[in-house]
Amino acid sequence: MVQTLEFEKPILELESKIEELRHMTSSGGVDVADEVSKLQGKVDRLLKTTYAKLTPAQKVQVARHPERPHTLDYVERLFTEFTPLAGDRRFGEDAAMISGLARFRGRACVVLGQERGHDTETRLRHNFGMVKPEGYRKAERLMLMAERFHLPVVTLVDTAGAFPGIQAEERGQSEAIAKCIETCLKVKVPIVAVVIGEGGSGGAIAIAAADRVLMLEHAIYSVISPEGCASILWRSAAQSGEAAAALRLTAQDLKEFKVIDGIVGEPYGGAHRRREETIDLVGDAIESALHELRGLDGAALLARRRQKFLDIGQSLQ
Amino acid sequence: MADDDEKESTPMNWINNYVRPRLARLVAPKEVPDNLWIKCPSCGQMLYKRDLEANLNVCHHCNHHMRLGPKQRLTTLFDDGRYALIELPKPAVDPLRFRDTKRYSDRIKDAQNKTGQQDAIQVAHGDIGGMKTVVAAFDFSFMGGSMGMAVGDGLVAAAKLAVLQQAALIVVPASGGARMQEGILSLMQMPRSVIAVEQVKEAGLPYIVLLTDPTTGGVSASFAMLGDIHIAEPGAQIGFAGARVIEETIRETLPEGFQRAEYLRDHGMVDMVVHRKDLQATLARVIGLLTRPGPGASVVKISRAAAPAE
Ligand SMILES: [Zn+2]
Repeated sequence: MVQTLEFEKPILELESKIEELRHMTSSGGVDVADEVSKLQGKVDRLLKTTYAKLTPAQKVQVARHPERPHTLDYVERLFTEFTPLAGDRRFGEDAAMISGLARFRGRACVVLGQERGHDTETRLRHNFGMVKPEGYRKAERLMLMAERFHLPVVTLVDTAGAFPGIQAEERGQSEAIAKCIETCLKVKVPIVAVVIGEGGSGGAIAIAAADRVLMLEHAIYSVISPEGCASILWRSAAQSGEAAAALRLTAQDLKEFKVIDGIVGEPYGGAHRRREETIDLVGDAIESALHELRGLDGAALLARRRQKFLDIGQSLQ
Repeated sequence: MADDDEKESTPMNWINNYVRPRLARLVAPKEVPDNLWIKCPSCGQMLYKRDLEANLNVCHHCNHHMRLGPKQRLTTLFDDGRYALIELPKPAVDPLRFRDTKRYSDRIKDAQNKTGQQDAIQVAHGDIGGMKTVVAAFDFSFMGGSMGMAVGDGLVAAAKLAVLQQAALIVVPASGGARMQEGILSLMQMPRSVIAVEQVKEAGLPYIVLLTDPTTGGVSASFAMLGDIHIAEPGAQIGFAGARVIEETIRETLPEGFQRAEYLRDHGMVDMVVHRKDLQATLARVIGLLTRPGPGASVVKISRAAAPAE
């Protein structure tokens, strides 16, 4: 049940035509098979061309596509011995922030990431990927533990933003995010962050102040959602398409601004069409990033991480 | 202020069209310039501007703390109102070529013309209680004190200066959060500012945040919540998410005093809420306690700054 994106309609029409023809194959002859492969070729070409020139507004839709692989999908496919660890030791557990020990391609690490959920039940369980203070404090706790045991940290970023709520404010949402950023910029073990879907503002940077920040090709990362930006600056959420373009929130924009270190290409047609292939590509990218960082002295690693962020924007005109 | 105008324009038309203009004529006749009188947004009293300034922009009827520009702020914090501003880096202007209903480059120019300043932060050094201190003060009147690259660079420069001078760092945010016209580059000021204040803390120097109205969004979720000491002005709005966003998300009305300085103190996020007139003495005492541990060090002459004149 792939959800339809408006700009994918011509592709989906062709796909359903193929489906119809396939049903006829049982009764039909060689001509039908020919026609199917011809249409399939057309679909592939159309997917390639469409996805090669997605507008920022379309990327926003793709990045939030419900079928797109989420943090738990990555954890399941890329990590072994995943051992979830719960709680911030102060207030509670936050299922919006997936967190635990695991092995990534054989090596032990700490893995963190927001999980949005994929159906009503899981969305509610994970609070739509909107983390509360206890989630950030749990992340902080695990990063400090990673440092103690010299384990690298892998974070998967996918959130509309930190949770806006009365209790979240009372428990210090601001302080929790600030501390989480501070901890990212303090621990002397490698941190690799991948924006797999939506990097929503402070809720995202909280776990993304990393040695290597990677982004999937059609992921987005922004200081504010295009809808929020449009409703403030254009005074109408209907202008979110313009806001998406103005905010320069695509992976390509961020690479140009040197805010991210690399882009992980998605299979044509987007991550939601080829989920496992996408996850494996992200896995390879994490592996090579960790490989580059391996063996670096902790103090030097930290100094470089900080300098990298201090340098952001300095060479822009 | 804009909100108050909106609220007042909703009642029946005859009040607006008939009664209010006549009242206005009685209270503020044309020949008296408007800017001599300021209406307290909290209690509604008309305050004579000179009295208000002499009282550090605090309403003498209800103690409401109105915003204070960076110039007056620095004057009230430093000994005898004496300080030296430092020149701040000038980062790229409008790298996104951002345009909404207006060009960002034009918005910046307007703000510069209005305030006479480069951007929304000023950094100064001088003495507080006789101790070397660097103060970075936000200017809310410059695009809502929003944090873009210039503000981030200002904080980095302030931190560097504090380390260089072995001085305490005080940051005085007055900001709605990130400057969205700088997109992701404004978000990156969160880690950048965190690194800046971290350097001060790692140098063993006090880092104090003086939270003023408002301190919200990406500003509150970065350097502003990482102080050794958090001091807030009475009634200041401090929080992560905007009240409207919270109401829309959870569909509940917000409790009384929500996200106000006193509320944050009661929830453990702020050490103390201090009246503006007592800030300098409090800061001097705190910095002294943190940096002059020996006995007999407490005899620090504190001179209250004269009323800011501008
Ligand atoms: Zn008043």
